[in-house]
Amino acid sequence: MEQVMQAPQEESAGKRTGKYDVRGLADPDATAPNTAIVTGTTAELDAAELSTRQINLELRRLLHTEGVTEITLHNPRARHSIAVGLLLRCRIKIEGSLGYFGCGIIDGPEIHIAGRVGWSVAENMMSGVVVIDKNAGSLTGAAFRGGDLVVRGHVGARTGIDQKGGTIIVGGNAGSMTGFMMQRGRQIICGDVGHGMGDSMYDGSIYVAGKVASLGVDCVEAEMTDADNELIDRKFASYRIDRPDSFRKFVCGRKLWNYDNLEPNERKLVL
Amino acid sequence: MCGIAGIIYTDRSGTIGRDMTNMLQAMKHRGPDSTGYALYGEPSELLVMRFKLADPHVAGDFGYSDRLARSRRNVESRLAKIGATVDRVESESEYAYRATFRYDGELKPLADFVEDVTGVEVLSLGHSLEIIKDLGDAESVAGRYQLDSFNGTHAIGHVRMATESDVDIAGAHPYWAYPFSDVAVVHNGQLTNYHQWRRRLERLGHRFQSECDSEIIAVYLAQSMADGLPLEAAMKQSLEELDGVFTYLVVTESQLGMAKDEMAAKPLVLYQGEDMVAMASEEGAIRAVLDREIDTYDPYEGEVMVWSR
Repeated sequence: MEQVMQAPQEESAGKRTGKYDVRGLADPDATAPNTAIVTGTTAELDAAELSTRQINLELRRLLHTEGVTEITLHNPRARHSIAVGLLLRCRIKIEGSLGYFGCGIIDGPEIHIAGRVGWSVAENMMSGVVVIDKNAGSLTGAAFRGGDLVVRGHVGARTGIDQKGGTIIVGGNAGSMTGFMMQRGRQIICGDVGHGMGDSMYDGSIYVAGKVASLGVDCVEAEMTDADNELIDRKFASYRIDRPDSFRKFVCGRKLWNYDNLEPNERKLVL
Repeated sequence: MCGIAGIIYTDRSGTIGRDMTNMLQAMKHRGPDSTGYALYGEPSELLVMRFKLADPHVAGDFGYSDRLARSRRNVESRLAKIGATVDRVESESEYAYRATFRYDGELKPLADFVEDVTGVEVLSLGHSLEIIKDLGDAESVAGRYQLDSFNGTHAIGHVRMATESDVDIAGAHPYWAYPFSDVAVVHNGQLTNYHQWRRRLERLGHRFQSECDSEIIAVYLAQSMADGLPLEAAMKQSLEELDGVFTYLVVTESQLGMAKDEMAAKPLVLYQGEDMVAMASEEGAIRAVLDREIDTYDPYEGEVMVWSR
């Protein structure tokens, strides 16, 4: 498994000079480049000439060994998998756009992205805050567990697929199958939503201010309560988003809740 | 997985070959098997035909060069026989050629007659379309075919990770809409009613060189246009008639279009600038031609967009 091959060509976009191991893992022996400028507990990191692995290793070095709590990252250049797997409280400002899988599996950080993100941002995020100033791709907040994810622009399809907690706020429109198989948590969408919203959702709520093209299987409209409005007011005040006048609330119709209705032969196995 | 890219300069021409190479090379990780281009140069009165005589040489294939030389003579004599006045035939590599000629007849008999030579495949035929595709990544294909100096108005490209058919030139994208002049398609996804459409189109007299589902889209669209539909209407109709997951790009002599299926299962990032529109499976590819912060977005499911020059 230690066999290492030289990458055949340099990537023109990312200027990758690294190697791959036999599994195809990029830069298996990369180290933190030590190029960030640290001032007290803040740091500035220019990622223009760094590989994805180097950027993530440098972020870890700053947070874990330099005692830095606030980092500004410049020139992310829409690369994938930036600022992933950060499991501590910190603040990160990203001055640009990210590619796919940005800020995935994080637990604690407050991340502000000044640009756009591709697919699967903040996937499986446990806690913290991610704010995106522009648009996001599909699968935004997939398997989202906790914290707040705020997209000021539009999002693609399947936002919060398999969401298990937390709050996803979208300032613009959302695509089809929003909240697909969502299990808990909330989505607040200021614009319009595409077809099949809340398809096969188990639990949780989706608030929509605009039009809904169609509801998915077992998603039904519910009454807005004072608690719902209070929650939206509070979230919109913290992120300084203009609150649309009225929202509609959508929840699970519980028609597909068949957890206790085992088939006779399944029952035999269980009992 | 595959990666697709498209770029159109709305009111000028540019270094389309170099730009497309940069875009495709930035997506090499999406498909390292083969790379293909459909490039549109200045329209000419002559027809341009890109063709290959065989696949690249493999060890143990004796008499390869002799066979290529015979096939080449055969292609040239057949062009003359069917009434084309050949302007020039240039060799791009041992097996890939570019021919320009004057010809006023139907394209299908000509292409059929040329392809009847064993091993020969017509990659593209038109007044400005040129399809270049070969094994390897974008830099190596662009180097072999000198695409850096190709100037033009619009282009699409594809990096392929082979899943449904072989790693060879016949399986590489883009696909020319045989035998319709100047139409080509690249596609990311899978069609699930491929065989149905293949049989339908075969009954109309079309032939398919590959086993690749993407080839259907090109012929399907060109046939719809030949039946009188504008490109955009043909693409909207394709969303109803083609099943599966897909994002495809289509180019004609003066247009570039994108369509995304109703599931939006395959990505596309779009940038609309003042004098150019660029789109790709990943934003990184667009950054390879515009290295600055840009506003991009993902088109939604079931969207069809067309840009014209």
